[in-house]
Amino acid sequence: MLYDSSFAAVGIFAGFVLGVLVLSFYLGRKKQSAKGYYAAHGQIHWAVNGVAFAGDYLSAASFLGICGMIAFYGFDGFLYSIGYLAGWIVALFVIAEPIKRLGKFTFADALDSRFNSRGIQLAAAISTLVVSVFYLIPQMVGAGALITPLLGLPHYAGVLIVGVVVTLIVVTAGMVSTTWVQFIKGSLLVFFCAILTLMILNRGLTTDPEAESHEPVNIIAADSIPAERIMAAEGPWADLPFVRVVNPGNLLHPIVYRKLDDGRLAEAQVMRVTTDTTGSQVVWVNGKVQGRGEGEGDLYPVGSVLELPDGQTETGALGPAEFFKVFGESTIATWSKQVVHESDRVVTTVYYPKPTKGSDLLVPGQYFKGVQSDSFTDKLDFVSLMLALFCGTASLPHILIRYYTVKDQASARKSTIVGIAAIGFFYILTLYLGLGAMTSGAMDPTSTNMAAPLLAKSFNDYLFAIISAIAFTTVLGTVSGLIMAGSGAVAHDLCENVFKIPMTDEKKVLYGKAAALLLGVGAMILGILFKKFNVSFLVGWAFNIAASANLPALVMLLFWKRTTKQGIAAAIIVGMISSLGWILLSGQTYANVYGLNPADSPVPFSQPGLVTIPLGFITLIVVSLLTPKPEHSVAEELAEQQEGDNDQ
Amino acid sequence: MTTPPHHEDHPHIVSRNARYGLILFAVYVVLYGGFIYLAVFATHQLSRPWFGGVNLAVGYGFGLIFAALILALIYMFLCRSRHHHS
Repeated sequence: MLYDSSFAAVGIFAGFVLGVLVLSFYLGRKKQSAKGYYAAHGQIHWAVNGVAFAGDYLSAASFLGICGMIAFYGFDGFLYSIGYLAGWIVALFVIAEPIKRLGKFTFADALDSRFNSRGIQLAAAISTLVVSVFYLIPQMVGAGALITPLLGLPHYAGVLIVGVVVTLIVVTAGMVSTTWVQFIKGSLLVFFCAILTLMILNRGLTTDPEAESHEPVNIIAADSIPAERIMAAEGPWADLPFVRVVNPGNLLHPIVYRKLDDGRLAEAQVMRVTTDTTGSQVVWVNGKVQGRGEGEGDLYPVGSVLELPDGQTETGALGPAEFFKVFGESTIATWSKQVVHESDRVVTTVYYPKPTKGSDLLVPGQYFKGVQSDSFTDKLDFVSLMLALFCGTASLPHILIRYYTVKDQASARKSTIVGIAAIGFFYILTLYLGLGAMTSGAMDPTSTNMAAPLLAKSFNDYLFAIISAIAFTTVLGTVSGLIMAGSGAVAHDLCENVFKIPMTDEKKVLYGKAAALLLGVGAMILGILFKKFNVSFLVGWAFNIAASANLPALVMLLFWKRTTKQGIAAAIIVGMISSLGWILLSGQTYANVYGLNPADSPVPFSQPGLVTIPLGFITLIVVSLLTPKPEHSVAEELAEQQEGDNDQ
Repeated sequence: MTTPPHHEDHPHIVSRNARYGLILFAVYVVLYGGFIYLAVFATHQLSRPWFGGVNLAVGYGFGLIFAALILALIYMFLCRSRHHHS
């Protein structure tokens, strides 16, 4: 769909970015120590840190991705909310306090606190960098995707704006400004999503949404079309569930209907991209050239309630529980797409509605088909994803470093609880936002990522501008956290501890800033290169790699006395390489990245966590047993460490 | 508002905190595992109406989020009460 940029959106967006930069320069005006740059002096208040956790964690994938997935597939998107939140339980109950107790600036510090091993520092730094980069790319690509509708600028401009702003934030005041940016973003996101949810409940459900240029779903009886107008189902259309009907007013562009299960036909929207002999392309939408000029057209926005219970046309305001009850008893038009390669020069994408029972959209299975399939490996794929989400959060380096910004374990604990409250509340809202978007009549059938901003647009343009600007700040907050984590891994872990470059306090800050600058530039380049990459895919990679590489090392260090430094380094490397390798060989990657047949993939299911997380644990146990036992037990080490800390 | 660091860092307190953390973690694992079990092996159970017309999938999903918060608060309370006793 084409979007109009609005002055309100540009103004609000510019205000947000300027505000964030001014705050950063204000906080960065003092001369900095290493503890200030990497850990905000360890003096951030726990409540601020807790909201900053939410700001750090609720990335573009959480906000845009989950809302979009719920808007198109219903409850399956909410499974991500459940899994992402459950991960915080691992963080709070298992990881938070020891990490705070053992470390100083980075996650590698905590792992290496007992051993003083360059191998561990190197392995942990590499895994931090790999996870951070895999997490960075989708954020940058998301920024580019957002800037197009918001400001009417090309994709690369969005990537460059985020890259420059974030690098400035991190380089000026390090973790202090990063924390405040995340705090502001976290508060705004949760607050405005709550407002949006109240507006959804107040509007209720209706079969005739007021969204601009909305057209009702056209469902007709199969025999209402004269047989002579129906085109033969041949070539690439042969086995597809579509009926093409000659359009007397536009013979080159037939009308396409989707066959429904009950025999009726639902009119689809058609986008055809034709390429001429000179290589120039024309995009046709529903028979017209795509555009805003005379005689041109565009896809119309979609997503509506087809039938409400008891023949109602609108429900009026609904309560939080009543919303789900009425939704479950309604029939909703959900939209899917089918790409048809008609020839080398003509590619047609059919966007078609499907009447779906609301009750089916409120249980798993619309997206994760494996849940309802009889195949055991399909079911394992789903279990594996839920395991990776559960284990991944507590292993993400940019989340772990936030434990060093508070003064003690009690503060670490309290800030995690504030984080869980804020993030949990937000995730509950995602279900209302997603289902509200699904029935708003404002969805772009070509993009799941735009569901939340377009939902806001169905209320008014100012809300659209605010939600879009918040989504953009969402990217800023998460990217700055990731660049901080990467800068610590390069300067503190690699340069200081692995390569043993002697560093004064000032030099440590200088190296950190230089690393942040390099990472910022690298992120911009990757964000532009990976423009067409499926972003949710990369987030899944980051979670799987983090869980497989980092979690076994963290958990076993804390709970198994026999853990050795060789065991930790081996577990990180094996976990990282095996999960990465599995993903590169998975059916999903075969289909989406290489364009190969997913059935040729050598691995039985796509999500590696179920295999590679246990593999990390086994590697650690086997290598530890094969190497000499460490001199002290964990408990003794912890006690010594604490006494040392207390003496300072 | 926050407890002095030396109390929190005492090895005795540390290990008791850790034990409570693991027990509460185990409780949540059972709840989370139950949800995944239902989603994978008994999806039809999740479509049953549960509370106020809300089905079990939504109820259980929201329940998991509330349970996380409640367990977190219990944990904070346990850690704090131990500190007072010590």
